[in-house]
Amino acid sequence: MSTATFRIWRGDAQGGEFRDYPVEVSEGMVVLDAVNQLQAKHAHDLACRWNCKAGKCGSCSAEVNGMPKLMCMTRLSAIPLDRPVIIEPMKAFPVVRDLATDVSWNYRVKKKIKPFKPRAPDAPDGTWRMAQADVDRVQEFRKCIECFLCQDVCHVLRDHHRHDDFIGPRFLVYTAALEMHPLDTEDRLPELKQAHGVGLCNITKCCTTVCPENITITDNAIIPLKERVVDEFYDPLGWLAKQARNALKR
Amino acid sequence: MPDYETIEHDVLVIGSGGAGLRAAIEASAAGVSVGMVCKCLLGKAHTVMAEGGIAAALANVDDRDNWQVHFADTMRGGQYVNNWRMAELHAKEAPERVRELEAWGAVFDRTPDGRILQRNFGGHKYPRLAHVGDRTGLELIRTLQDRGVHQGIDVHMEVCVIELLKEGGRVVGALGFDRERGKFRIFRAKAVVLATGGVGKAYKITSNSWDCTGDGHSLAYHAGAALIDMEYLQFHPTGMVWPPSVCGMLVTEGVRGEGGILTNKDGKRFMFGFIPDNYKAQTADNEEEGWRYTQGDKEARRPPELLTRDHVARCIVREIKEGRGSPHGGVFLDISWIQQRLAHAEEHIKRKLPSMYHQFKQLGDVDITREPMEVGPTTHYIMGGVKVDADTQMSSVPGLFAAGECAAGINGANRLGGNSLSDLLVFGQRAGEFAAKFAKENLAGSINSAQVEEATRRALEPFGRNVTASADFEGPYQVQFDLQEMMQNLVGIVRREDEMLRALDGLARLNARARRVGVTGHRDFNPGWHTALDLRSLLTVSEAITRAALERKESRGAQFRDDFPNKDATLGQQSVIIHKGADGSMQVNREPLPDLPAHLKQVIEEMK
Amino acid sequence: MAQVEWSPAPRRFGETTRPDAWWAQPLLVFAGLSAFVLYSTWAAFQGKDYNFGPYLSPFYSPEIFGDSPHALLGPKPAAWPSWLPFSPALLILWIPAGFRMTCYYYRGAYYKSFWADPLACAVGEPRKSYLGENSLPLILQNVHRYFLYLALLFILVLAHDVWKALWFAGAAGQTTFGIGVGTLVLAVNVCLLGGYTFGCHSLRHLVGGGLDEVSCAPTCQHAWRCVSGLNRRHLLWAWMSLFWVGFSDVYIRLCAMGVWHDVRLL
Repeated sequence: MSTATFRIWRGDAQGGEFRDYPVEVSEGMVVLDAVNQLQAKHAHDLACRWNCKAGKCGSCSAEVNGMPKLMCMTRLSAIPLDRPVIIEPMKAFPVVRDLATDVSWNYRVKKKIKPFKPRAPDAPDGTWRMAQADVDRVQEFRKCIECFLCQDVCHVLRDHHRHDDFIGPRFLVYTAALEMHPLDTEDRLPELKQAHGVGLCNITKCCTTVCPENITITDNAIIPLKERVVDEFYDPLGWLAKQARNALKR
Repeated sequence: MPDYETIEHDVLVIGSGGAGLRAAIEASAAGVSVGMVCKCLLGKAHTVMAEGGIAAALANVDDRDNWQVHFADTMRGGQYVNNWRMAELHAKEAPERVRELEAWGAVFDRTPDGRILQRNFGGHKYPRLAHVGDRTGLELIRTLQDRGVHQGIDVHMEVCVIELLKEGGRVVGALGFDRERGKFRIFRAKAVVLATGGVGKAYKITSNSWDCTGDGHSLAYHAGAALIDMEYLQFHPTGMVWPPSVCGMLVTEGVRGEGGILTNKDGKRFMFGFIPDNYKAQTADNEEEGWRYTQGDKEARRPPELLTRDHVARCIVREIKEGRGSPHGGVFLDISWIQQRLAHAEEHIKRKLPSMYHQFKQLGDVDITREPMEVGPTTHYIMGGVKVDADTQMSSVPGLFAAGECAAGINGANRLGGNSLSDLLVFGQRAGEFAAKFAKENLAGSINSAQVEEATRRALEPFGRNVTASADFEGPYQVQFDLQEMMQNLVGIVRREDEMLRALDGLARLNARARRVGVTGHRDFNPGWHTALDLRSLLTVSEAITRAALERKESRGAQFRDDFPNKDATLGQQSVIIHKGADGSMQVNREPLPDLPAHLKQVIEEMK
Repeated sequence: MAQVEWSPAPRRFGETTRPDAWWAQPLLVFAGLSAFVLYSTWAAFQGKDYNFGPYLSPFYSPEIFGDSPHALLGPKPAAWPSWLPFSPALLILWIPAGFRMTCYYYRGAYYKSFWADPLACAVGEPRKSYLGENSLPLILQNVHRYFLYLALLFILVLAHDVWKALWFAGAAGQTTFGIGVGTLVLAVNVCLLGGYTFGCHSLRHLVGGGLDEVSCAPTCQHAWRCVSGLNRRHLLWAWMSLFWVGFSDVYIRLCAMGVWHDVRLL
């Protein structure tokens, strides 16, 4: 059994520092195992969120060697152990303590997004009919486990702190899932353009890179939303064509 | 009494998994103010781990399905010791609860004609599980979470409840602390719903989340409510066994539903050799028929891999014990073999079981489309819990309701896969409805400050002891590990009286050690302290499981006694019931099961 | 969960704890795009050596006014102001340039490697202010679909150029069918440009992505699937087509300058 050094950020909102801890490495270990080992042996009060340890709940988000990761899905065999492994809390949110951050902003943002509003049922028994081909796309977005790693890596939040006028990749994906839901009848495009700031995204795709569920956030969710906003607000010919179609229908 | 923040709600829901959310939504819809306390962040509860699906007799895939068949399957799976009324309500109401989810935005997999697709699962006669790939639990919790938040439920995240507050015989609130700052909070409520889930963390090898520490069971027990069926603890037959870091992580039954087979090290499909008599009529006796069943052939019978979980788990244990196991102490579960039968097997597997593919690839270096997985049993679910009224979900303590895994009755001696998600929807809804009703009919009670003081004093005790200063004090983690190790070894899948008596001794010692546990640091987000406080729940449920298992001197469903390997007719008519005695010790009694009405008896006979 | 008071310290340019070579990719993109822009600008201003035999450089196609036999409307109009530099390429090159400038892939790529906004994922930025694509000038990126319409026409024009590159002038002034290496270069060029243009995010939206129930319109669904298939590798198509369109110009230019000898295959 070999030993590795973990350099973990300890501190709170007032500040903190990196501290080095020795970790005994065994086969198949993930970063969260190392953190749990440290809690049991060296630092009982090392703060860190985790629940399922199976990559399904999205609680143990942190930054491992500078990149946002789920600690439970990052294997030690995939990172170099000849130098200290750096573990830090997420940077786009305020620190509560050690590796735990205050992610409550995300919950407030979600509440602002208009909820699902289905069309009238298709069948007399109150049920709907949807083709698998149409829900595939929405199902990809609904794989999201809300680990907020995409929010963390997004420079609009991380570096520019535009938390007040940008909802971040997670909630653009969430909006996309609602907007592209075959049954949904709500229109979220005006606020998407204004208050939710889809235009602040400059499609540098870091969110897609870090997504542990491999959701193609930028290509499948954000860009299609940008295109829908163009349809509505920036495309005069398209607007005319739509008016003409509607007039013909009438 | 120090001035703690007091928060008032008509209904307080403890737990933010499926049952808690469903209860909160229902209570809120009834027009009362609802608060929900969750130990973790909203949407992270153990429900997200549910993979296979929600069992409901929608009859979308096989039109022969109906509530009677579902009821009979549930009773048969539970070895007929289920609360029949709960099984009946569950089978009747589950389809409506599932359709409701679709109206709230859930996106299930579809049949070719656009309805909700259903899949096969162990113990279910027809394809019955509405699902979303293998992440159904996530879909369910996200749908309920969004619905609940927009309905105006007040969510108190990362608050841990340590005591139910009582006035006379009635529950009038709860005392908790927020994990972030360690501040105590008093929740005053007219009715309290427990929806805290399971107890898996009492065991070393478990598929459960960190937070499944049996808080609800323990809170109810200490508040004077009765627990039943605690001996019935389900071990899921297929958990990962290698590498050690992921040991116990769930491998969904969906793998077997899609055609996965169990083999031993000799490559033999051993399940064909162990088909119990009461399932002979509906189980395939050859591989060909089993395969056709998994591919939707309505005439075929199910393969023996899809027998009930208790049975499959025991067969796996036997293979391993008799030296026919895999290199890392499990058996092989193989889905890659279907490439002999299907043209695009690799794509098919990745589409049907995406998170399984991902999980094995990323954590175990195993490509399940090419090689078999190694699996072994893992602690998964407790059938036992708070004894509740079947219709209202109220416990024996007025004002205290329970739903989901922490309530008992519906599953009997063994739960069928897929019945837990439908259970938490059906009974979450009922708990919410009747808790709201109770809140409307009763005034808020007053908080007993002595009780609050005593509980906060106890909670803060670990800070008074300095772990590093003296050898007399214990770290919280070591006590927890020793408990898990002991329960795994002595009160596991195969149980014996002498081992369980040793476990009781061990529990007494662990209790003493738990009273000496000390923590370092301060109250802000201190996992050491949280672990120390969880010990009370873990020790309580461990003792309840052990005592109940000792009391049931027979083997039935999930309870398997090496020293009493057969069923006992008298015990088959009784439940083991546990409550806290006047002297504070755990009392174990037996109680006759409620009589099954004639019309349901007939349903069971017809489906045999 | 309480809201924590937060006044984060600004992160320095390049600040990161990433130990890997995070700077390599932006550097490569910077080098690749710079090289292309420099070469294409130089080539566009040349105004000569852009055709050889039946071949016309894609930088100069369609040639609206010009001196080669490919010119559609004859030589440069007399009214062209003398102080304004003229080259047939300048009349049309803004279209493919605009298409690529506003392309969703290139935008992300050059924001990173030219603007350092961000330089790489989770690496500190040089500037504190940020406008994004929400206000001028970058709000103009939304014009992308109009460039797409024009770029689609270009695919037709360039395909026609390939057709023309199949007919060689014989010794007696007659035209004969033939295939030269240049023909193949131009054919590959139009294929790669097609793969890039038909995988455009805007096109993906316009042909069916904008519909929530695309299965109700089978033609749209089919088109959407095809475009999505190309779109998945948009980055690869973007770079391959960029390289090849530059190479096509180099090839024809070298032939026209007599540096290189085009080989007739057929």
